[in-house]
Amino acid sequence: MSAGRVGVGVLLAALVAAPFVPMGGMRQYIFHVLIQIFVWSFIGGAWALMGRFGLVSLGHGAFLGLGAYTTTLLWNFFGLTPWLGALVAVVLTAALAVIVAYPCSRFQVIGHYFGLVTLAVGEVVRLLIIAERDWTGGSLGLTVRPAGADSLVAVQFADKRVFYYAALVLWALGLWVWHRVDRSMARSAMEAIGEDETAAASVGIHVTRFKIAITVLSAVLTAVGGIAYAQYIAYVNPDTLAGIGVSLRIVFAVVLGGMYALLGPTVGTALTIALAEVLRVVFGITYVGMAETIYGLLLIVFIIFLPSGIYGSVRDLLRRRPRSQPAAPVTA
Amino acid sequence: MIDPIFLAEAAVNGLLLGGVLALLALGLNLIFGVIDIVWIAYVDLVMICMYAVYFLVQVYGWPIWIGSLASVGLGALLGIAVHVLIISPILGSAPVNQLLATGGLLFFLQSFATFLWTTDHRSVRLTLPTLEYGGMFLSFARLVAFAVALLVMLGLFLFLRHTYIGTAIRAVSQDREAMALMGANPRTVYVVTSAVGGALAGVAAALLIIQYSVHPFFGAAFGPLTFMICVLGGLGNMIGAFVAAFIMSEIISIGGVVWSTEMGYVIAFVIFIIMIFVRPGGLFARRA
Amino acid sequence: MLELRNVTAGYGAFTALWDVSLDVAAGEAVAVVGPNGAGKTTLLRVISGMIAPRAGALTFEGASLTGRPAYEVVAHGIAHVPEGRRIFPMLTVADNLKMGAYLKVARRAYAESLERVFALFPVLSERRRQRAGSLSGGEQQMLAVGRALMSRPRLVLLDEPSMGLAPVMVLRLFDLIRRVREEGYTILIVEQNVRQVLKLVDRAYLLEAGHLKMEGRAEALAEQDFVRKAYVGL
Repeated sequence: MSAGRVGVGVLLAALVAAPFVPMGGMRQYIFHVLIQIFVWSFIGGAWALMGRFGLVSLGHGAFLGLGAYTTTLLWNFFGLTPWLGALVAVVLTAALAVIVAYPCSRFQVIGHYFGLVTLAVGEVVRLLIIAERDWTGGSLGLTVRPAGADSLVAVQFADKRVFYYAALVLWALGLWVWHRVDRSMARSAMEAIGEDETAAASVGIHVTRFKIAITVLSAVLTAVGGIAYAQYIAYVNPDTLAGIGVSLRIVFAVVLGGMYALLGPTVGTALTIALAEVLRVVFGITYVGMAETIYGLLLIVFIIFLPSGIYGSVRDLLRRRPRSQPAAPVTA
Repeated sequence: MIDPIFLAEAAVNGLLLGGVLALLALGLNLIFGVIDIVWIAYVDLVMICMYAVYFLVQVYGWPIWIGSLASVGLGALLGIAVHVLIISPILGSAPVNQLLATGGLLFFLQSFATFLWTTDHRSVRLTLPTLEYGGMFLSFARLVAFAVALLVMLGLFLFLRHTYIGTAIRAVSQDREAMALMGANPRTVYVVTSAVGGALAGVAAALLIIQYSVHPFFGAAFGPLTFMICVLGGLGNMIGAFVAAFIMSEIISIGGVVWSTEMGYVIAFVIFIIMIFVRPGGLFARRA
Repeated sequence: MLELRNVTAGYGAFTALWDVSLDVAAGEAVAVVGPNGAGKTTLLRVISGMIAPRAGALTFEGASLTGRPAYEVVAHGIAHVPEGRRIFPMLTVADNLKMGAYLKVARRAYAESLERVFALFPVLSERRRQRAGSLSGGEQQMLAVGRALMSRPRLVLLDEPSMGLAPVMVLRLFDLIRRVREEGYTILIVEQNVRQVLKLVDRAYLLEAGHLKMEGRAEALAEQDFVRKAYVGL
């Protein structure tokens, strides 16, 4: 594995050093694309924390929107710094996650049903944002009130490099959380095997608690991603940050990359964003919708021909051996 | 205080909308019951058929009823195409992938429609009267749509009850392996089911285009609602879906008058979420 | 009539049947007995096409059925009454029987087949409008057999027909199967209830852990010390 570690080190060094590489006029654009990739990879990774345990949420837009709108509204109307706003948003998101996850786990809502419940939650958040148009600007969206100059309090910076490093740190944080969850899951699995049969009854309680915990973790990280994105773009909109559209996009990117691998969500997100950018550049605004059309078509093709995702398939191919999935979906 | 007349009007409109929603939910539920896959893009097929009716009637000047028949045929063809091209290669895949493949279709249809026809709203203009009854104003188009929806559902019921293939469709939804032992090729049953489901989408399209204008994101407005009606009624349960459609449409219609359109939907969705927890098998599930 | 030659089959990495060869002649009743997990059900599933064999050949009335799917096998005249009956619980009894006659050929003879089935199982006629799921276990088993006969088969495969039935019902069911036999159907039956089934059939095979261990006339097999101790319970 040392070769792998060296590879990772080189990649990280390259990412850290990237802002110092001369890129000419493309600088702003390249940073813009990279920041998007980091933030959405982080969000995709957050989604996959649940997804790989069989909790397939089709409503992560709810958490994204709740995070982004809470922070933005608190700043715009009360001048509360996004740092504290984010704290409020995280608490609210965690509460929403518990409200959704507890009954789902308690009443054994799984599979299609879980997907549809979360989809409904996502739609409810989107519709509430639109309904409260006096505050939120409805479907027209809301601009984050400019602070006038670079400000750490307002988390607004003219230089994209600041956001670039912040997004890079966020992304790395996401990978670290993933790694930790992976390790603690492996330990729990070992414990479960070690315990004798009579302890099986207590495993049920364990599963409930685990499901709620992983949902809250996933939701909170997603909200943080939403806040980061809103601060960067300085504009929030119910269609880009809540509802079924963005929720599906997150899921697509992750499934495309492979949700069972550490770098799966990143690979999937990077590819979808790169693809969208390339198609946008190629077709421009002369053919509105063409880029998305090809995007949709490719998604279908990928799902049919690469069911375990691009990264997952490549990795399996390299290992030459079908690898059993690291964790079976929690269905109990 | 809201004028009771408005409430009554909303209730009647809810009932009329419920007819078309029930038709959509039955189509989706039929496919789910048999093939065990939720077509996320189902209402987007309706959207394509609505465009077809619009162009045939409004641009090429066909009579509305021929345009509607064409829409039914197109729906059936689309249903078959979706099954053969997308569903059948992934029948054995993980449920997530199945859900996402039809989700990819949703993206594709929405964007392709945007590409071909832009985001303009288009509607079929029929000169149909508005009826007045006891101070309520009711659109004749909605009444017609409601009546046709009920008739088509009756036809569907008879088809499922009294034909060999219809009974086989019901049998497959209960035990697909056993039906293969009876000599039914599952592939044939699936294709027929998809065609029937698609044809129902075509009917719904013809009924919707005389009430609403069509745009590429039409599916986003009715799609989530249709899934929720199916789940509320019990996935695969046709009678449940029928009743659930009217409950949801009344909530949306009355809620829309009392508060706002969005709040009507919010209430409907929240009730849906609570119902899943309380009665996960649908309104009419027998307690185990 | 039916010939299996060196059939090996299983699920995934697991092999349930090893190199099994078996014959059933027209008009015969043959049983396959053996302990739980011996591969009896797998054997019937291979014959009816629900799973494809990994190796070996399967012929019926001279036609090769190796690897043919279930919906084709039934058209050749083999009806399978699966383990656990697998009736359609939400359909009426009449609709279940109608589905039994799904094949084009069977549809044409529907009225006549129905009469025959109702003559064999009068209780099905009484309950034809009831939902199949509301029948008792024994009645459900009769429905499963009747449904299989509706396809106008020449060979009937029965998988554990007595499973889950009360002892009185088991005896009645074996009587009914005997009558089905007398109607001229060839029968291949898999059973746990070895004592009863050996009274019913002409020949029997003993299957253990996926291997055929013994084959012989039913009476002779019932006399074998080893079989008596292990399965007949004498």
